[in-house]
Amino acid sequence: MGSLQINHVNKAFGATKVLHDINLEVADGEFVIFVGPSGCGKSTLLRIIAGLEDATGGEIRIDGDRVDAVPPAKRGIAMVFQTYALYPHLTVKDNMSAGLKQAGTPHEQIERQVAEASRMLALEPYLKRRPAELSGGQRQRVAIGRAVVRDPKLFLFDEPLSNLDAALRVHTRLEIAKLHRDLKATMIYVTHDQVEAMTLADKIVVMNAGRIEQIGSPMELYNTPQALGVSGAKTIGIRPEHLVLARDGGRWAGRVEHVEHLGADTNVYLATEAAGLVTVRLFGEVYHDTGSTLWISPSHDRFIYRFDEAGQVIR
Amino acid sequence: MGPGLRRGDTERGESTMSKATYSPGRAIAAHAVLIAYTVVALFPVFVIIINSFKSRKAIFGSPLSLPFGDAFSLVGYETVFKRGDFLLYFQNSLVVTVAALFFVLLFGAMAAFALSEYRFRGNTLTGLYLALGIMIPIRLGTVAILQLMVASGLANTLWALILVYTAQGLPLSIFILSEFMRTVSDDLKNAGRIDGMNEYKIFFRLVLPLVRPAMATVAVFTMIPIWNDLWFPLILAPSEATKTVTLGAQMFIGQFQTDWNGVLSALALAIVPVLVLYLIFSRQLIRGITSGAVK
Ligand SMILES: Nc1ncnc2c1ncn2[C@@H]1O[C@H](COP(=O)(O)OP(=O)(O)OP(=O)(O)O)[C@@H](O)[C@H]1O
Ligand SMILES: [Mg+2]
Repeated sequence: MGSLQINHVNKAFGATKVLHDINLEVADGEFVIFVGPSGCGKSTLLRIIAGLEDATGGEIRIDGDRVDAVPPAKRGIAMVFQTYALYPHLTVKDNMSAGLKQAGTPHEQIERQVAEASRMLALEPYLKRRPAELSGGQRQRVAIGRAVVRDPKLFLFDEPLSNLDAALRVHTRLEIAKLHRDLKATMIYVTHDQVEAMTLADKIVVMNAGRIEQIGSPMELYNTPQALGVSGAKTIGIRPEHLVLARDGGRWAGRVEHVEHLGADTNVYLATEAAGLVTVRLFGEVYHDTGSTLWISPSHDRFIYRFDEAGQVIR
Repeated sequence: MGPGLRRGDTERGESTMSKATYSPGRAIAAHAVLIAYTVVALFPVFVIIINSFKSRKAIFGSPLSLPFGDAFSLVGYETVFKRGDFLLYFQNSLVVTVAALFFVLLFGAMAAFALSEYRFRGNTLTGLYLALGIMIPIRLGTVAILQLMVASGLANTLWALILVYTAQGLPLSIFILSEFMRTVSDDLKNAGRIDGMNEYKIFFRLVLPLVRPAMATVAVFTMIPIWNDLWFPLILAPSEATKTVTLGAQMFIGQFQTDWNGVLSALALAIVPVLVLYLIFSRQLIRGITSGAVK
């Protein structure tokens, strides 16, 4: 119902190339997440898939059909934007039905699809309101509802949760996960948030500087990171949760600079001779005085990753 | 979470408002300046209106006194309605102003949309070229314009005026509106595209409603010089059938003798329609100015 192939896609704005030879397969029903530093081209790639931007080269196929010359509305996609992008002068209901009306869908069917989507997203109480009369979270639910109503083959999300506060973000994230389960639709999702990427994705696509660096399932990526960014020297890396602290001895000495109590976790920042500022994540409530000296060791040697000069992992 | 923790516009709105209320000194100073300016600006209008209701003797005897008792006279208005076809002049002025305004707003907004929305070769250059007219007065081209109008048979028609005023208003309109349209969210336009709107729908349904305050600003700046203009009506359309109010009022100003009652009454009447148009746009205008009309 909604597979996607991206073959050799390039994009340049004038002389600046922002995407280099992107190749990606997304299977029907898959939840794919694009992550990567700001400016690496995630939104641009998403806009090319949507047809809002023309690729400089390469081809896009949805369900096997080439769509490079198909306008956005005819590609069978729906998009949810970071800024919600609701029509300010239309009610929630009209916002949700705008796409179907444009397509000339029969009235009863529009009613049915809007009712169905607003039930799924608990939007019934707001149907008569305008976007200005809704909270941020409600607005984003309307934007998601507008996408659902179109019954697309492919959902595109561009950082949909980044304007929401933490509690709402968790809530909406769960809602999107549920939506994916219920609709069994293909979804492509851009985010900066590691938690979103780990919890939602079937497949994570790591981008950097206009290139795809790595593709894999969340746990694959977690356990076998491939790139550290270019560091220019041989380095090693260990995740904060794979380090242990001891008072009387260990691999590296460090002075406690700062302690963050997150409730369930405690982050300890230590200044070390060997590696500068090191973060250690400990489970539960742990108290250390700033300024005291502690010893850091990896909890197991298999958690140590070695990177070469180009930032690629050495196995 | 209390109401004090709401994000975004509300919070900014509240804090600026509370700043204004908490410094009465600044508020008084600002009001004093504004009131003084209002008085200076409205004084000539006030003088025109009171004197239009006075007899000739009273106008020259005591120009600043109010039109009561002996001084009161409607002779000016009588002459205005007896001599010449003032209703027609009014109609001409209104037709020219409204039609030119319509074209300035329509074409100005369309050009502004193209400049702000689409990337094409020579975009900046085209924008500069279109804005150039702000600095070059259109009257410099009067002779050429007159030749053009005569050659195309448009002399002594209202179309001559409408076309010239449209050309005169477009540069500022394009300049202001394109600045404003750049601020309309790309996501919103893209959402429209995904929903299947064509570019015209996006322009008329999404973008125009959002730049309404700017449109009102442009409307007022465009409308007043057109309504008040004497130059082009005199040169391009001086015939009886196409006279505008400002030109019509000239017939009371003679080489040897001026009928001040007539002039003042005609001018007092000429203020009314612009005032009405202004009131229509003013609410939008205030929003436009307070949101930083010309950045
Ligand atoms: N219209 C444009 N004209 C020129 N350059 C552009 C344009 N749009 C984007 N770019 C450039 O393309 C690159 C990729 O932009 P893009 O918006 O895709 O980044 P992103 O990965 O989505 O970043 P973020 O995470 O900050 O949203 C950036 O370097 C940006 O400056
Ligand atoms: Mg982006």
